[in-house]
Amino acid sequence: MNLFHFLSQNQDQVFELTLEHLWLVGISTLFAVLIGVPMGILSARRPIWNKPVLGTANLIQTIPSLALFGFLLPIPWLGERADRIAILALTLYALLPVIRNTFTGIRSVDPAVVEAARGMGMTESQLLFHVELPLALSVIFSGVRIAVVVSVGLATIAAAIGAGGLGEFIFRGLAMVNNQLILAGAIPAALLALAADFTLGWLERRLRPR
Amino acid sequence: MEQTSSGGPVIEFRDVSYNLPNGHPLFSRLNLQVAVGETLVLLGRSGSGKTTALKLINHLATPTSGEVLVNGVPTRNSDIIRLRRGIGYVIQETGLFPHYTVEKNIGLVPRLEGWDAERIHQRVLELLQLVELEPAVGSRYPHQLSGGQRQRVGVARALAADPPILLMDEPFGALDALTRAQLQHEFLSLQQRLHKTVVFVTHDLREALRLGSRIALLEAGRLVLVLTPQEFLCSADPLAAAYVQAFADSRTAAHGGAP
Repeated sequence: MNLFHFLSQNQDQVFELTLEHLWLVGISTLFAVLIGVPMGILSARRPIWNKPVLGTANLIQTIPSLALFGFLLPIPWLGERADRIAILALTLYALLPVIRNTFTGIRSVDPAVVEAARGMGMTESQLLFHVELPLALSVIFSGVRIAVVVSVGLATIAAAIGAGGLGEFIFRGLAMVNNQLILAGAIPAALLALAADFTLGWLERRLRPR
Repeated sequence: MEQTSSGGPVIEFRDVSYNLPNGHPLFSRLNLQVAVGETLVLLGRSGSGKTTALKLINHLATPTSGEVLVNGVPTRNSDIIRLRRGIGYVIQETGLFPHYTVEKNIGLVPRLEGWDAERIHQRVLELLQLVELEPAVGSRYPHQLSGGQRQRVGVARALAADPPILLMDEPFGALDALTRAQLQHEFLSLQQRLHKTVVFVTHDLREALRLGSRIALLEAGRLVLVLTPQEFLCSADPLAAAYVQAFADSRTAAHGGAP
């Protein structure tokens, strides 16, 4: 009951931090898609790139998030604003599921379909945009969905470097040993993750080829 | 794609060798000519290289040495996309696009060629009729069709832009015997009307005898012989005779076989 009381009393701030949180997740996911999808296509088309690309994305994933935020802090332009660091770090973490699913999605297109497409005189770009990408879309999308859900959780840590978001409540609560405050950040963040998972899951099913 | 005026072969293999990616030769020094309007059947066991031979024609495979000529032009010097748009291609797995309706599948090459929508629509209806499918099938997706219907759509799609050459890789191989016989029959009556130059791959002698105007027998990377169906049946060649014998045995067995 106390928690609900707190949330309703601080409605404006909860709303503001949720929006900040969504902004961090949204913009970093957008970057991850813009970078990750082409890299996934590249590694599916040119097997030489497969190992270095997926290996690097995997390696990034093993860096503890707090450490990565710290590493990025002294970088000149980036370090000036905490949200820049947070967006870059979240983008880097989101790359792996996006790249991997793009790769898997394209590779799992029926070879007979690809052969027929080539045999009928489709150019490589027609094959990619009219056949491979549409057929891989739901798999790519499920990668994006994983990236978003993970990012919603990770973005709470961005508050440690002052990038805002619902992590603010959590870190403030930790400092003040106030569980209520921690929950005020954690519960909306969890709800956000669930909502994103549900919405994107629904979209993903709609995109699945028949 | 224009026909050569000289009346020369539409497709010609000149000393064609092909090595597998591991360097192992699949076949070597293959020489073969396909005349305009004929149905040449490539007959052979699995692994004999017949599918690869077919893919050399539309340049899905590249010869290791020698050259393949289509209408007198070596495929390695031609614009591959143009070459392929002038060659219909039908494969056993159909390769229909699962995210396209039947109509969109059939209209693919015309669309790539920039035909206007109305002309494509008319052409699709014409083709559906040609392969004996209801016009209503046009709005369905491949997964909603039976195997035989899918294969008909595959043939219609290959014929869409009216290519003079048709390559068919065991197109009826995955169908039940009854549907296969029916489609073979329809293929013959289609071919009587359309006179395409067809190269047809199969491992089934019965199909080869039924559909081919000539049969090219491939075995272990070698072109054993090229004969008409009648010549094939009474050929003295041991391999051809073995095929005919196996075929005859299967018929005897089917007729009871017992004394």
